[in-house]
Amino acid sequence: MKFSTALSPHVQPVNSVTRVMFEVIVALVPGVIALVWFFGLGVLINVVLAVITALMAESLVLLVRGRPVWVSLKDLSAVVTAVLLAISLPAIAPWWVTVTGILFAIVIAKHLYGGLGYNPFNPAMVGYVFLLVSFPLPMTSWPAVAGLGTMTLNFQDIAQLIFFERIPENADYDALTMATPLDALKTQLSLQKTVLEAQSGAVFGYLAGKGWEWVSLAYLLGGLWLMVRKIINWHIPVGLILGISVISGICYLIDAQLYAPPVFHLFAGATMLGAFFIATDPVTAATTVKGRLIYGMMIGVLVYIIRVWGGYPDAVAFSVLLANLAAPALDYFTKPRVFGHRA
Amino acid sequence: MLNLARFHGGLHLPNNKELSNQAPLRQASIPKKLVYPLMQRQGVTVDPKIQVGERVLRGQVIAYSDHPLATPVHAASSGVIEAIEERLIPHPSGMADLCIVIATDGLDESLVTQGVADFRSQDPASIRTAIKNAGIVGLGGAAFPTSIKLNPGPQRKLDTLLLNGAECEPYITCDDCLMQNQPESVLVGAQILLHSLHIERCIVAIEDHMKRAYARLTQVVAALNDPRIIVVQVPAIYPTGGEKQLIKVVTGKETPSGGIPADIGVLCVNVGTASAVYDAVCNGKPLTERVITVTGRGVKEPQNRYVRIGTPISELIEQCGGYTEHVERLIMGGPMMGFALPDDEIAVVKATNCILAGTAADINTGKQAMPCIRCGDCAKACPVDLLPQQLYWHSRAGNLDKCKEFSLFDCIECGCCEVVCPSHIPLVQYYRSAKSKVIAKAKEAEKAAVAKRRHDMHLERKAKEQAEKAERARLKKEALAKVKQANAEKEGVTQ
Repeated sequence: MKFSTALSPHVQPVNSVTRVMFEVIVALVPGVIALVWFFGLGVLINVVLAVITALMAESLVLLVRGRPVWVSLKDLSAVVTAVLLAISLPAIAPWWVTVTGILFAIVIAKHLYGGLGYNPFNPAMVGYVFLLVSFPLPMTSWPAVAGLGTMTLNFQDIAQLIFFERIPENADYDALTMATPLDALKTQLSLQKTVLEAQSGAVFGYLAGKGWEWVSLAYLLGGLWLMVRKIINWHIPVGLILGISVISGICYLIDAQLYAPPVFHLFAGATMLGAFFIATDPVTAATTVKGRLIYGMMIGVLVYIIRVWGGYPDAVAFSVLLANLAAPALDYFTKPRVFGHRA
Repeated sequence: MLNLARFHGGLHLPNNKELSNQAPLRQASIPKKLVYPLMQRQGVTVDPKIQVGERVLRGQVIAYSDHPLATPVHAASSGVIEAIEERLIPHPSGMADLCIVIATDGLDESLVTQGVADFRSQDPASIRTAIKNAGIVGLGGAAFPTSIKLNPGPQRKLDTLLLNGAECEPYITCDDCLMQNQPESVLVGAQILLHSLHIERCIVAIEDHMKRAYARLTQVVAALNDPRIIVVQVPAIYPTGGEKQLIKVVTGKETPSGGIPADIGVLCVNVGTASAVYDAVCNGKPLTERVITVTGRGVKEPQNRYVRIGTPISELIEQCGGYTEHVERLIMGGPMMGFALPDDEIAVVKATNCILAGTAADINTGKQAMPCIRCGDCAKACPVDLLPQQLYWHSRAGNLDKCKEFSLFDCIECGCCEVVCPSHIPLVQYYRSAKSKVIAKAKEAEKAAVAKRRHDMHLERKAKEQAEKAERARLKKEALAKVKQANAEKEGVTQ
């Protein structure tokens, strides 16, 4: 009897890119729910809009590049980029902000560098930074956290805001939006107030900011689940959390009036999202064990530096992109000792 | 008790051992034909010592050569040499080569041989000779001549004999089965090896799921009352059965890259090899059969059998109930490192530990490769602590120097990286191809160096010849001048 042959190993692969990406999307669900809870249904509109735009952009570019379309769409990497960027945007960001951001992320940051696996920079973060430096106003206009705003928006109001930039009657942008806790802290500190005085403001909660801390906890939950499912390793998140904790802890010990406590920096802004979902993007991160620890710590420290002494209140996107630059060097200098070779 | 170490990476694989380890160990019947390739390992070829038409007996040497790595081939049953012809041989490339074919006569007549009554009376050299003459090679799959391993040279001092019963590949249970059924021959074989090596420590390592084998081995060790031998259970993490990995687990020591276990004082042999040593020394029986696992969901009655080396796989499968309708691939060895066979007329060899008839459910029938997402799972799984993904990039780019820098030749091709790769990239194929390119390049460089040397020598010789010629011409000229002068003088005198 004749048989067809193939080279070893002959066992079935145990994992797939699609599964990895799918699990990341699933792990984002608690965070998205928390965001919707505190910032309204605009979050969902952003996500849907971003996913549709991403899939269309991905298909078009693949067609132009003469690559098989379905195989790449199926890997869900474009969907992950879309969701990550969408949940980083203010929940009432105009539709064209989302769409241009996604187009920039998919077409420029991903495919101009060769597509999945070849992009040196995290596409979602490239899209985010592009938007932040191009359209600072809509990018910093976060809706007020539920319960703190002077008015509540229904779904129709939000849709009108996003698609037509039409503000509900008897309202203005100032009534709808509110400074984020990081932003508020920065402003208050610049007004010579102490951290404690600043944190007595309405936007602050138990750990960081009202609403924001719950969103962060939800991301933490999703991130821990990703670790349990072995989709991500602990090195990057732990490195990042360690980095931010150590530098913020040192500063806090030096002057507690000037520097917010570590717990605030951990649960404010995009720290948790960054630690578990952004920095852990395998394509753009360092890949050796030591390299990943250093990579994570580097992001943590950079986030703090930019937040405290830089020009932006939140800094995860910039820090991740800067660390992306360092990833190849980190890999090069942290090669493990090969079995049977002397140290 | 020993403190066990562990190596980096490795995988917990579904082992599927229950398929074949439930049935009793049986003797396979004599096949109609026995087939023996003349090519042994790594291009070592033996010469036929019989003629077509000649009748041979079981245990008779039918092929041999003086090559230091060659071992004699013995007929596994009596019969007539039918042909010496080209046939497919078990080789990853699916190549054909010269084979001796015996048409068996069913009488199974053996040469009369006798073992030694007490191996302790034998000196190491004669034990090595007996092992060599019995054609014993490593039965774990590498088929390296055992007698050579037993003589590592005076600069290496051995202190530990490690019997490898780890058998980490999924599906394979032949060693487990042998240890359950013949623990005495394995352990007496170990005693013979200890005696011939003049060392005092033997560790038998088996995986922790081999409960019955463990019980039988410990029982026999107690009965032999030999404190030199201990039996340890090691965690079932693939590839624990890899020689260097097992040595690390059991002794905590790492075999140096490019070195052999003897460099750190360890001699590692498969349990089946030890049993064959016992048979050769105590019973005078050459290696003509071994335990082979026939398994997979592609064969009706998976089991272990004593199979005569040279038996065509088709006959073996027939004895195990034949194929099921779903059979998809025929693999010699395990699913991680074994190779697929194009045809079941190929015969088993000494290194054959398993015949796996896989169905689409058991084996990878080809998945679309996706771009590498640099997840690093490969590096996490690599038992040698390589960076498979960097190796992949560099081998893909044909950057062979970089491949060497990333220790390409330390890759043991265990397949862990490929199994965990979410992008389904055929990583091991890239490494194999890069390795062969490096070797080809080195060979070419060597050839070029030889050619250059030859050319230089040619020039040198030519220059020398020229100089000699000039010297001869000068001498001739001088002599002529002398003669002329003499003649002139003579003439002057006569005038």
